[in-house]
Amino acid sequence: MPVPSSNPMLRGMPPTAEDLAGTPAAHQFSDVTASDAALRRFLHGLPGVDQVGAEARAAGLGTRSIKTTAKAFAIDLAITMVDLTTLEGMDTSGKVRALAAKAMRPDPADPSCPAAAAVCVYPDLVADARAVLGDSGVRVAAVATSFPSGRAALPIKLADVRDAVAAGADEIDMVIDRGAFLSGRYLQVFEEIVAVREACDSAHLKVIFETGELQTYDNVRRASWLAMMAGGHFIKTSTGKVQPAATLPVTLVMLEAVRDFRDATGTMVGVKPAGGIRTTKDAIKYLVMVNEIVGPDWLDPDWFRFGASTLLNDLLMQRTKMTTGRYSGPDYFTLD
Amino acid sequence: MDRIDVRKTYKLYIGGAFPRSESGRSYEVLDAKGRFLANASHASRKDARDAVVAARSAFKGWSSRTAYNRAQVVYRIAEVLESRRAQFEQELRDAEGISVGKARDVVDAAVDRLVWYAGWADKLGQVVGNANPVAGPFFNLSTPEATGVVAVVAPASPLLGLVSVLAPVITTGNTCVVLASQEHPLTSITLAEVMATADVPAGVVNILTGQRAEVAPWLASHMDVNALDLTGVDDPSLAVSLEVAAADNLKRVRRPRAEDLLATPDLSRMTDFVETKTVWHPMGV
Repeated sequence: MPVPSSNPMLRGMPPTAEDLAGTPAAHQFSDVTASDAALRRFLHGLPGVDQVGAEARAAGLGTRSIKTTAKAFAIDLAITMVDLTTLEGMDTSGKVRALAAKAMRPDPADPSCPAAAAVCVYPDLVADARAVLGDSGVRVAAVATSFPSGRAALPIKLADVRDAVAAGADEIDMVIDRGAFLSGRYLQVFEEIVAVREACDSAHLKVIFETGELQTYDNVRRASWLAMMAGGHFIKTSTGKVQPAATLPVTLVMLEAVRDFRDATGTMVGVKPAGGIRTTKDAIKYLVMVNEIVGPDWLDPDWFRFGASTLLNDLLMQRTKMTTGRYSGPDYFTLD
Repeated sequence: MDRIDVRKTYKLYIGGAFPRSESGRSYEVLDAKGRFLANASHASRKDARDAVVAARSAFKGWSSRTAYNRAQVVYRIAEVLESRRAQFEQELRDAEGISVGKARDVVDAAVDRLVWYAGWADKLGQVVGNANPVAGPFFNLSTPEATGVVAVVAPASPLLGLVSVLAPVITTGNTCVVLASQEHPLTSITLAEVMATADVPAGVVNILTGQRAEVAPWLASHMDVNALDLTGVDDPSLAVSLEVAAADNLKRVRRPRAEDLLATPDLSRMTDFVETKTVWHPMGV
C-alpha cells in the first residue's frame, strides 16, 4: 500500500487511470477511506463545481429540439427507464398490485409499448409487487434505511434492508445520513453505505443523497464520490419528499462524477434522478444530457433511471399522440 | 418631430397569461381599408394543446363554483367591458370600418348579451332541470351539469360574435378554448385583457388567434376536449371533417347555422354544452 502522501488523490488531483489500474474499485480507495481525516482531505480536494457554468450548461442542453423518430425513440427509452414509484403512507397492497400491473403493460391498448424498469415501494409492500411481477423482467425496488429521513440506528437500517431483500427486492434505495454528511462525518456515511451494501447481498444498491438538503453542488460532487467509493451501484438525487428534488444541474454534476469515476476506475455507476420530473419534455432533456455528458453507454435502463409516477402517463400520452396523430387525454390512462 | 408608430403584436391568452405563440409566428391584420393595423399571434397546434391543458386544469374549480358566483363573474366581464367601451368602439371601427353609431350599438349588444347570460347562470337548472315522476318511492331529479372543455370556433364578428359564443359556454360551468375570428382577431385579445381583470379564473377562457383550418382540426380530434362549437366555420367541407374528427371521443358538436347576432338568443347555446345528471333519491315511507 502506498503511503497516503504519495497518492495523487490526496493531493487534490483527480486520480488517473494509471494510478488505479488493475485494482478493484473498492480496494483502490482503501488509503483514502482509512480515516475520517484522509477521506475529508480527498473529498474536499475534489475540484469545485462552477455553479454558474453547470446551470448554464444544463439550461443549454435543455434547449435541444428532439423530434419525430428521435422523439419516438426517446419516449420508448424513457418508458423503459421509469422506476414507477409509490411512496405514500396510504399505500395499500391493492395499489401496489395495480402499479405493478401497469409497470408490465404501461399501455394496455398497445402491445408494442415497452415495460417500465421497476416498481419502487416501501419494504413491507415488496412481497405484493413481487407476486404480480414474478419473472416478467420488471424489477422490484424498495426504499429502505428509514426512508425518507434516514434517522435511525444502523442496526435498524440494516434490518430494514435485509427485510426488503428477503421479501424479494431486486434493488434497494437507501438514504444517506445527511446530518452526518453535512457535519463532516464522512467516514460514518461511508461505512454506513458499505454496511448496507453488504446487507443487500445480491440486490443492487441505489444511494439517495437528497440533494435538496445538501445545499451546494460541491457537496453533491463529494456525496457522489463517497457513494461510488463505498460501492453503490446507482447514485440517486432525491427521495421525492423534499423540494427541490431532481434538477438538471444537480444531475449534471452527478453524471460528471460517474464519468470521472469510470475514467479513474473503469467501474460504471448508474444515475437516477427522482422527484419533480413530470413531463416528457423534462425526461427528454435528461436523456439529452446523459448522451452529452457521459455518452450513449448510459442510455440504458441498467445505468439510468427516472424515479417518477406521473411522468409515465405523460410519456404514454405523447406516445399515443405519435402513433394516432391526435392528442390524447388523462382520461385514457390510469391514475396513480 | 414625427413619433414612431407603436406597431403592436397581440399575443395569445392561455391559462390566464398572455404568451406568444410557441411557434414564434405572427400575421398581419389589416383594417377595413386594407392598411396595416397590428400583428396577431399565429397559433400552432402546440398552443392549442397548451390551451386545452389549461382549460382542463381550470375545469374542476370553475364547474364546482356556485351558479350564483359564476353569474357574478360573467356580470363582472360586462362591467369591465362597459368601462372600456371607448377602446372597443374604436377597435371595431378600425377593424370593420363601421360607423360611430353602429360601433356603439355593437358594444351595447355585447354588454347586454353578457348580462343576459349572467342572469341565466342560476336559472337554467330551474328551467331545463326537472323533478321526474317515477313509478316508485323515489325523488327523481334531473339537473344540467357542465360538459367539460369546450372548443369554440368563433364567428367573424369580432366582439358580439365572440361574446355570444363564449358567455353561454362558461356560464354553465364549462371551460373553453376559443379560436378567435381569423379576420378580426385583435378585439378578442383586448377582450381577454378584460377577462384577465374581471375575476375570470385563469384557464377558464383561453383564446387563440390564427388559421382556422390549421388549428381547428387539432382541437376537434383532441381526446381531452368534450365538445365542439363550429359556429365560426364558414367552409362546409371543413365543418364536416371537424365533425368527423370529433366523433372519435363522441364530442358534443354544435353545427354552424345562420344566426342573427343582434336578436335575443334562445337557450340552445347553453343547453348544447351541458350533461343531464339524474339522481334517484329514496323517499321516506
